[in-house]
Amino acid sequence: MLNTVYRLVEPRRFEAQFTDINILDDNVLIRPTHLSICHADQRYYQGTRAKEVLEKKLPMSLIHEGIGKVEYDPKGEFEVGKYVVMVPNTPFETDPYIGENYLRSSKFRGSGYDGFMQDYVAMRRDRLVLLPDEINLNVAAFTEIVSVSYHAIERFIKFSHDRRRKIGIWGDGNLAFITALLLKKKLPETEVYIFGINEYKMRDFVFADGTCDISEIPGNIELDHAFECVGQAASGNAINQIIDYIRPEGTISILGVSENPVPINTRMVLEKGLRIFGSSRSGYEDFKGTIELYRENRDVQEYLERLISDIVPVKTMKDMNTAFDTDIKKPGGKTIMLWEK
Amino acid sequence: MIYGVVLAGGIGSRMGNVDKPKQFLQVGNKPIIVHTVEKFMVNSRIDKVIVLCPQQWISYTKDLFRKYAVVSDKLDIIEGGKTRNDTIMNAITFIENTEGLDEDTVVVTHDSVRPFVTHRIINENIDAVLAGTACDTVIPATDTIVESMDNHVISQIPDRSKYYQGQTPQSFRAKEFQDLFNSLTDEEKRILTDAAKVFVIKGKQVTLVQGETFNIKITYPYDLQLAETLLGGEKDC
Repeated sequence: MLNTVYRLVEPRRFEAQFTDINILDDNVLIRPTHLSICHADQRYYQGTRAKEVLEKKLPMSLIHEGIGKVEYDPKGEFEVGKYVVMVPNTPFETDPYIGENYLRSSKFRGSGYDGFMQDYVAMRRDRLVLLPDEINLNVAAFTEIVSVSYHAIERFIKFSHDRRRKIGIWGDGNLAFITALLLKKKLPETEVYIFGINEYKMRDFVFADGTCDISEIPGNIELDHAFECVGQAASGNAINQIIDYIRPEGTISILGVSENPVPINTRMVLEKGLRIFGSSRSGYEDFKGTIELYRENRDVQEYLERLISDIVPVKTMKDMNTAFDTDIKKPGGKTIMLWEK
Repeated sequence: MIYGVVLAGGIGSRMGNVDKPKQFLQVGNKPIIVHTVEKFMVNSRIDKVIVLCPQQWISYTKDLFRKYAVVSDKLDIIEGGKTRNDTIMNAITFIENTEGLDEDTVVVTHDSVRPFVTHRIINENIDAVLAGTACDTVIPATDTIVESMDNHVISQIPDRSKYYQGQTPQSFRAKEFQDLFNSLTDEEKRILTDAAKVFVIKGKQVTLVQGETFNIKITYPYDLQLAETLLGGEKDC
């Protein structure tokens, strides 16, 4: 079947292109319904990735955060009409020590592998998580970024020592908000403090135990562990500030993506005996865990709903640009595309 | 029930140097008609798909779908009629004789040689009919339309902004089409070009569904090349 794929062919220009989907193989056809724009999509859309990266990866369909309805399952295992979240990571092997999202052979949608801006998405059946009926669909659209926090927290619990009285989160954007929210659910006894630069953004972290401007951090603060959710060029400053304030033997979880290498104060990392670990993306089990967390914590969905800044119906190619341009202008939060193309 | 009615009545007389109807020519790895029918087979709102083709091509078409493993209780292949609207009437008669016809029987009629139709177009067709009117899929006219009454000089150049190019699907309630078609005089039938006109000449509303420029009808050898080029955008995922 000829399938329409809406690919970014150059910064800010989408084009309809076509693939031939084999409807007889094992894949389930999903009709995308709610798609969420991520910073990574914006870097392609605005052309801020390196020229050679753009040349290598485009044309490519963007978006790796999204849900859809089951349209057709040749095996009849997935009920037609049910909403599912699509897992963008696609592994081709398993390893007892390396997670699916770290295997170099895995493909990731919207990064060298077509994303969800398509008429139908042919999904491997092990890449679909059924959504509960009562879920907020706009929130479910950005389950992927929530699952990234979920994944990092699961790893943090595994890697860090058990004294977790106070944890600092650097950053005041979406990822920081989500990570702080999930940390309070996973570790309710832990005090979570936010370190950012935008007072108006930090005001919304009402579930946290405190917020602090990074230029006014009190000298006597004692953090057992920390998360870096800043990214880009500022992530180096954030990591080094964490190194200054974290207690010895603490664990630092790095989540912010930086286009260029950042310098780190390794002398102090050694002196304090710190553990630094990175996390990227997430896997099927993280999606399942995240959906379970939604199901058990109605308030998590409510808080996440507050992150939605714009909902843009997309019926035409022009609407795609409108959605991405709207997303650029927003001060924070998530832009959801209601996919009607 | 909602039926996809795929019209494969063409004998391909407009295609150049080819020996079979254009719907059977390959685009990518499959015949055009297989691509088109698959669009209707996977759409969960379509209950049944009826393919109508010339009598001498029925066995071939059945074997073709068997070859490409598009075999399902959802699919029937039957004989078309002399004209486009006769073919649609054959589909409606077939429905009447099998599942039965009632006021809620919806038919989404589509050219077998338009394999690039999208989910949105099919769904908006269904929505329009369920909302109460027949519908026609169109795109705004891009070329200037010129009228000539004598095929020699221009009689007028109408305002392009009010003109559209018709595509398919065209969709409607089967019973209403049957009633209207049966009430037409022979003279009225003679000037029919498509199904929408049956409704228009009887004063019924036909709403517009936005098509796509790439929802092309593969008519000329050039179109086949274009279709191959469009599919040439495929990327190994």
